[in-house]
Amino acid sequence: MIYREAGDFKTSYRDDSQTFPIRLDRWGYYITLAVAFGIIPFVINDYWANAVLVPFLIYAIAALGLNILTGYAGQVSLGTGGFMAVGAYSVYKLMTAFPEVNIVIHILLAGGITAMVGVMFGLPSLRIKGFYLAVATLAAQFFLVWLFNKVPWFYNYSASGQINAPTRTVLGHAVTGPAATAPAKYLICLVFVFVLAWVARNLTRGTLGRKWMAIRDMDIAAEIIGVNPLGAKLSAFAVSSFFIGIAGALLFAVYLGAAEVGEAFGINKSFLVLFMIIIGGLGSIFGSFAGAAFLVLLPVLLKNLLVGGLGWPTDLAAHIELMIVGALIVLFLIVEPHGLARLWSLAKEKLRLWPFPH
Amino acid sequence: MNDMTSQGYVTPDGRQIGGTLMELKNITLRFGGVVAIKDISFDIRQGEIRAIIGPNGAGKSSMLNIISGFYTPQEGEVWFKGYRRGPMKPYQVARLGIARTFQNIALFDGMSVLDNIMTGRLNRMKAGFLAQAMWWGSAAREEDENREAVEKIIDFLEIQNIRKTPVGRLPYGLKKRVELARALAAEPKLLLLDEPMAGMNVEEKEDMSRFILDVNDEFGTTICLIEHDMGVVMDLSDRVVVMDYGKKIGDGTPAEVRSNQAVIDAYLGVAHD
Amino acid sequence: MDQLIFAAEVVLNGLMAGVMYALVALGFVLIFKASGVFNYAQGVMALFAALTLVGIQNGQVPFAHLINAAFGTSLHHFGWTVPSVLAILLTAGVMVLLAFLIEKLVLQHLVGQEPIILFMATIGLAYFLEGLGDVMWGADIKTLDVGLPQGISDTVEQVTANWFGYGFFIDRLDIWATVIAALLVAALVAFSQYTKQGRAMRAVADDHQAALSVGISLRFIWVMVWSIAGFVALVAGIMWGTKSGVQFSLSLIALKALPVLMLGGFTSIPGAIVGGLIIGVGEKLFEFAIGPMVGGATENWFAYVLALVFLVFRPQGLFGERIIERV
Repeated sequence: MIYREAGDFKTSYRDDSQTFPIRLDRWGYYITLAVAFGIIPFVINDYWANAVLVPFLIYAIAALGLNILTGYAGQVSLGTGGFMAVGAYSVYKLMTAFPEVNIVIHILLAGGITAMVGVMFGLPSLRIKGFYLAVATLAAQFFLVWLFNKVPWFYNYSASGQINAPTRTVLGHAVTGPAATAPAKYLICLVFVFVLAWVARNLTRGTLGRKWMAIRDMDIAAEIIGVNPLGAKLSAFAVSSFFIGIAGALLFAVYLGAAEVGEAFGINKSFLVLFMIIIGGLGSIFGSFAGAAFLVLLPVLLKNLLVGGLGWPTDLAAHIELMIVGALIVLFLIVEPHGLARLWSLAKEKLRLWPFPH
Repeated sequence: MNDMTSQGYVTPDGRQIGGTLMELKNITLRFGGVVAIKDISFDIRQGEIRAIIGPNGAGKSSMLNIISGFYTPQEGEVWFKGYRRGPMKPYQVARLGIARTFQNIALFDGMSVLDNIMTGRLNRMKAGFLAQAMWWGSAAREEDENREAVEKIIDFLEIQNIRKTPVGRLPYGLKKRVELARALAAEPKLLLLDEPMAGMNVEEKEDMSRFILDVNDEFGTTICLIEHDMGVVMDLSDRVVVMDYGKKIGDGTPAEVRSNQAVIDAYLGVAHD
Repeated sequence: MDQLIFAAEVVLNGLMAGVMYALVALGFVLIFKASGVFNYAQGVMALFAALTLVGIQNGQVPFAHLINAAFGTSLHHFGWTVPSVLAILLTAGVMVLLAFLIEKLVLQHLVGQEPIILFMATIGLAYFLEGLGDVMWGADIKTLDVGLPQGISDTVEQVTANWFGYGFFIDRLDIWATVIAALLVAALVAFSQYTKQGRAMRAVADDHQAALSVGISLRFIWVMVWSIAGFVALVAGIMWGTKSGVQFSLSLIALKALPVLMLGGFTSIPGAIVGGLIIGVGEKLFEFAIGPMVGGATENWFAYVLALVFLVFRPQGLFGERIIERV
C-alpha cells in the first residue's frame, strides 16, 4: 500500500470533505483508536498513566480548547490557567454538593460553567484586539486565581485551602479519589478526548469554523461578508472555555486528586498550554495533540536523561527545561510558525509524491 | 437622467434594465473636519452595470464603503429595494444581499480557495450548534448543498484546479478571481466591485471584464463598480457616475459622460494627457 | 479625618509604586515604538539583571551548578566581592550583550512577522531567560544591597507628624527609588527628544521603511533600544530586588507594567507615566478601602481589571492615537 490519493476517487462532496481523505491516513486513525481503546487499558501501569498518558490526554483537551480560540478564531488568551481553575472548582463544588449525581455530568456541567465565565471575559474582545486582548485575558487569570484563593466557599472552608477530590465511580469503577486505578483514570480521560476532538473537528470544518477563521484572517472583511463578529468571537470563547473547563475538571479530579489554586492553575499553566499549541501547530487539531504530547514528554525525557542518566540535581534539570522550552518556542516561531502539524503535513506531502521529487 | 424613467430602460445592446434597486440621496460623509463626500445623489437600477469613476481621492471608495455599510454618512439617505436603510452594521448589510470585493484583496489567507468561497454562503447556513458539533443531518446536508452551489461558481470562474490550494499561495490575478467567487457565492442582489482590475495586465483585465459581463448576464446580478481604467469602464458599464473632490460632476451613459465638459476637464483631460 | 490622613499616606505610597511601574512601562514603550515588539520578557529581564548583579557582586561562579553537575567539581564563589558601582556597570554590559544577542538570534529572523507572533516569541524569550538566570546563578532567593538607604524615613515621619499630628511611614528606599526612577524617566525623554540617536529611534518608530530609506540602521536602533530596555530593567531590578529580595516573583511585579501600558497606550511616553501613577495609586487605594472586606491581596489583579474595564470604553488607551479602520 503506497501513500497516495490517486485511484482513491471521491464520488460525493461528503467523501471529498471527510477528515482523512487518504486511505492510509484513515487506517492509521482506526489503528490508533484500536490501540488506545483496546490494548493500552490492559497494559497500562501507574507510572505510565501518571507520568505520561493521563496528563497527555488532559492537556490535549486544554490545547484543543485554546487552539479553537487562538488557532482558529485568532484571539490570543493568557487566561487558560484561570479557566482551568473554574472547571476544577466547579466540578469540586458539584461533586461535594450532589454526590449522588454521576461525575461525568458534573464534568460536563463544569465545562458549561467555564464556558459562561469565558464568554464574560471574552466580551472585551469585541473592542480590543491582538496583544491588548492577550494582556486583558491576564485579568481573568489573576482575578480568578485570587477569587478561588480568597473566597472560602469555593474550597468548602477547608483549613488547608486545598480542594480534594472524593471518590466517584463510573459504571462501578472508581475514577477519582485514592481508589481510582490507572486504567480507569486513563479510560475516562480517553473517552472525553475522543468525543471532544471529534466535536472540535466537526465545528472547525463547518459553518462556525469558517466564521472563526474568517475573523482570524481578516476581521473587517469577515464582517463585510456577513459574519457577526460578536457571535463569532463569543462562540469561540464559549467553546474554547468549555474544553478548557473540562480539562481543568479532569486535571483536578482525575489526575491531581488535590489542588491548590495558585500552584495548579497559575499563570505558568496558561503559558504551558499556549506553548503546546504553538509547538504543535496553531489552527490544527492534530497539532493540539502533537504539542500536548511534546510538552508532556519533554520533562519526562529530560528528567530521565539528566537526573536518571547523568545524575544531575532535579532543580537544575527543571531550569534547563525552562531554557529548552523557551528556546523551542522562539525557534518554532522563526522556523515553522505552524508547528509540528505543518512539519507533519510537509512530510506527508513529500511521501505522497515519493519517490518522485515533484 | 434623460429619458430613463424609474420604470427602467433598454440598453443599446438590448438588455432590459429594471426599476431602482438602490438610491442614494444627498449623501455627505465627513472624517473629522474633512469632507470626503459632499451632497451626492444617484441611483442603481435592477440589472444594470453602474460605474463610479473619478481621479484619486475623489471619494469613490468612500462611496462604496457607504453602500456596503462600512461607513455611515452624516447626512443623506440610503434606500435599498424600496426601503430606507437605517444605520447598520456591515454584516447586517451583507445579509440584505449586498456583497463586495476589495481594492486590496481581502481574502482569508489561512483558508483554502474552497473554504474562502464557502464563507460567501455563511449567511445561508442555518444548522444549529449541536447539529454542527455532531455533524448531524442538517449540518452535513447543508454543507453538501452549499458545496454544490459553490462548485457551480468555481466552474463558472474556471478555478477548478486550485480548489484546495491555500489562497495565500495564489498569484494576484487568481486571488482577485477567488474574491469575486466569494462575493458571487452569496448570490447577492447587488455586487460591489472595488477596482476589480487594479494591478492586472491586459490579458487578466480582459478575463475579468468577461466575467463581470457574464455574471451580469447569467445571474442577472446588479453590479456597481469603481474603476480607474477608463477604457474598461466605458466598455463595461451602462451608466457612469463621475466624482471629483467628493462631488458628483457627471452622471449618464458612457457616451454622455464622455462628452460632458466638466468631466473632460476634471478627469479625462488629465488622465489622457 | 484620620481616615483621610491614612488615605493620603496610601496615595503617597501608591504614587511611589506608580513611578516604579512607569519606569518598567517605559522599557516596554521604548521597545514597542522602535521595533513594534511587545516585549513580554521585560519583567524577566529585570529579574535576570538583578540576579546577575548579585552574582557579580558576590563573586559567584556563573553556571557553577551546571559545571559541578557535569564535571563533579564543587565550584561556587571566586572568593572576591565586587564593589557595587563596578558590578552595576558590568551588569549593564551584560544587558547590552543580551540585547545584541536577542537582536541577532531572534528579532532579525522575525522581521515582518505579525505583532502577535513577535509577542509570543518574547514569551518564549522570557522562559529562556528565566531558565538561564537560574542555571547561571542558582534559583535561591538572594538579598541585594547596593548601598541604597533602607528603613522608615525619620525626616518624613517628623515633618508629617508636625503637620498632621500623624507621622507618615515612608520607606527611605521608596523615596530613593522614586527619585532615581523620575530622573531616569526624564533622561529617557530627553534622550529621545534631543539626541541624534533618539530622533533616529523615533523615526524608526514612525515608519520603518522611511527610516531605512534615509539611511538609519534598523539593527543599530534595535540593539540600542533593547540595551536601554535592559538598563531600565536593571534599575527596576535593583529597586525591587533591594526591597523584597531577588526571586521569581520579581518578574511578576514587573508585569504590572502591562496594565499600565493598556491604560496609557502602548506608544505614549506620557501615557506610561500617567498610567503608572494611576495604577499605583489606584491599587493601593482599592486595597486600602475594599481589600479588607474581600480578604486582601487585591493588588494581584486590580491593575489588570482596571485596565480591562478602561479598555472596553477607550480601546486606544489614555494617550494612544485613535485607530481609524480602513478596508
